[in-house]
Amino acid sequence: MLSLEKVRAIADLARIEVGEAEALTLQRELNGILAMIDEMLAVDTKGVEPMAHPQDARQRLREDVVTERDEHVPYQSVAPQVEDDLYLVPRVIE
Amino acid sequence: MHRKTIAALSRLLAAREVSAVELARGFLERIERLDGTVNSFITVDAERTLAQARAADERIALGRALPLTGIPIAHKDLFCAKGWLTTCGSKILGNFVSPYDAHVIEQFDRAGAVLLGKTNMDEFAMGSSTENSHFGPTKNPWDFKAVPGGSSGGSAAAVAAGLAPGATGTDTGGSIRQPASFTGTCGIRPTYGRVSRYGMVAFASSLDQGGAIARSAEDLALILEVMAGFDARDSTCMDRPKDDYVGALAAPKPLRIGLPREYFSKDLADDVAKPILAAVEELKKLGCETVEVSLPNQKLSVPVYYVLAPAEASSNLSRYDGVRYGHRAEAYSDLMDMYRKTRAEGFGSEVKRRIFIGTYVLSHGYYDSYYLQAQRIRRLIARDFSEAFKRCDVIVGPTAPSVAFDLGAKRDDPVQMYLDDLYTIPINLAGLPGMSVPCGFGKQGRPVGMQIVGNYFDEARMLSIAHLFQKATDWHARMPPAFV
Repeated sequence: MLSLEKVRAIADLARIEVGEAEALTLQRELNGILAMIDEMLAVDTKGVEPMAHPQDARQRLREDVVTERDEHVPYQSVAPQVEDDLYLVPRVIE
Repeated sequence: MHRKTIAALSRLLAAREVSAVELARGFLERIERLDGTVNSFITVDAERTLAQARAADERIALGRALPLTGIPIAHKDLFCAKGWLTTCGSKILGNFVSPYDAHVIEQFDRAGAVLLGKTNMDEFAMGSSTENSHFGPTKNPWDFKAVPGGSSGGSAAAVAAGLAPGATGTDTGGSIRQPASFTGTCGIRPTYGRVSRYGMVAFASSLDQGGAIARSAEDLALILEVMAGFDARDSTCMDRPKDDYVGALAAPKPLRIGLPREYFSKDLADDVAKPILAAVEELKKLGCETVEVSLPNQKLSVPVYYVLAPAEASSNLSRYDGVRYGHRAEAYSDLMDMYRKTRAEGFGSEVKRRIFIGTYVLSHGYYDSYYLQAQRIRRLIARDFSEAFKRCDVIVGPTAPSVAFDLGAKRDDPVQMYLDDLYTIPINLAGLPGMSVPCGFGKQGRPVGMQIVGNYFDEARMLSIAHLFQKATDWHARMPPAFV
């Protein structure tokens, strides 16, 4: 069971602001979902390899050559705040 | 025109009995007149659509037409299309005009298809009812009190209502098949890795796969010819030639059909079981044999899925930080506060729940017991299918345990909504291809879909058996009375 404190810690890790009332609702909902998930925890999976890709495919390698074009102008045109070709964020280091 | 299949429209275009511009105008007019109630589209841009239609007509005039040249196709609003708003049903991408095309969009462009608009969906494809859209819920054209299913509910409803002859969708846990079932349309989710995910907004990368919704198996074959194929920009896309999907329909062979014991249990509503069993009888009449198979671990699919999908989602959705694109909060005190407020304002409640579950199961000390354990059970579920396919060519069962439910009926109970995906999720976990084809009606006259599951890369065989069924029946040709 997730405590209210744990819910707040998760929200913090996920970088999502959560209000007091919302945290209480989330605690109930997340515990409901985790209770449903718990059914799989007890299954004996000794010796079974985890499956990450349905065809167990490996990452393909390619020649080490430049394939991308410089498209910073169209890409930055949809950014919230840009100046001198740079994305602007609040000051981090004073 | 709105009642015709893509195959029929393609013949009319080739015979110059209709132009691409006339077709586009016809569907745009229907959307304008009828979509106010259904809300299946998020974005329509008549000028852009008609420009593409004019180009298609020129191509037809030059004798360079392909089967989809001039056919209007709607796209789920998570396929990035250059110059089009691409929202993913979310406020956080509510102002995002894509600067590039998804591979799938490029493929339709090359084929000369006409982009008819972008369809509504559950935010970030998380949901089974299209109620979790920032742009309001989509209604089921068969009954406005019912949901159309989800997450590709806009695409399914548009096809069902004759507002588009075909539409793309994506299927991470059933998001093409379940809405197809709820709206009496045909949907295909190809094998994982068959269709490139480049430019398709990511939800759960080891499960997501693009596919389509249309009015017949033949139309799905025509669309899959265009969508499938290798693309190096998606590292999980399989480098393997595609089959001749349309050619396979010419001489469909009767098959050995596996009926999973676990799919015909007490979880299945009577009004859904009846038309599916009748469809199985019909397939037997057409020369198919049936054999009982077992998928003993499928009951673990929903819990396993709700570890893997949220874990992958929490990682994929970390990119929405208000820096490079999308919504940014108005007021904040510092960088951390900007992230927290941007994401709190930009994501809806279902997306937040899944991000939190994902963050928790991946957090320090829990990774082995949740994520790795889920991946191990995932292999057991996939093995069940491999065993079953030793004894049959395709597996047939229900797509969903009930007909479409009422709007609002499951909104306050996420877990109940999740459990309803018990027949579709195992296919995603195994990475297999699956279809839903209409096979009758259940309670309140709402449509019922039959699920057909194939072995890896066996789309041609699935399509051919669906086509065999549709040559003998007319469930797929029925239209909701309000839209005839």
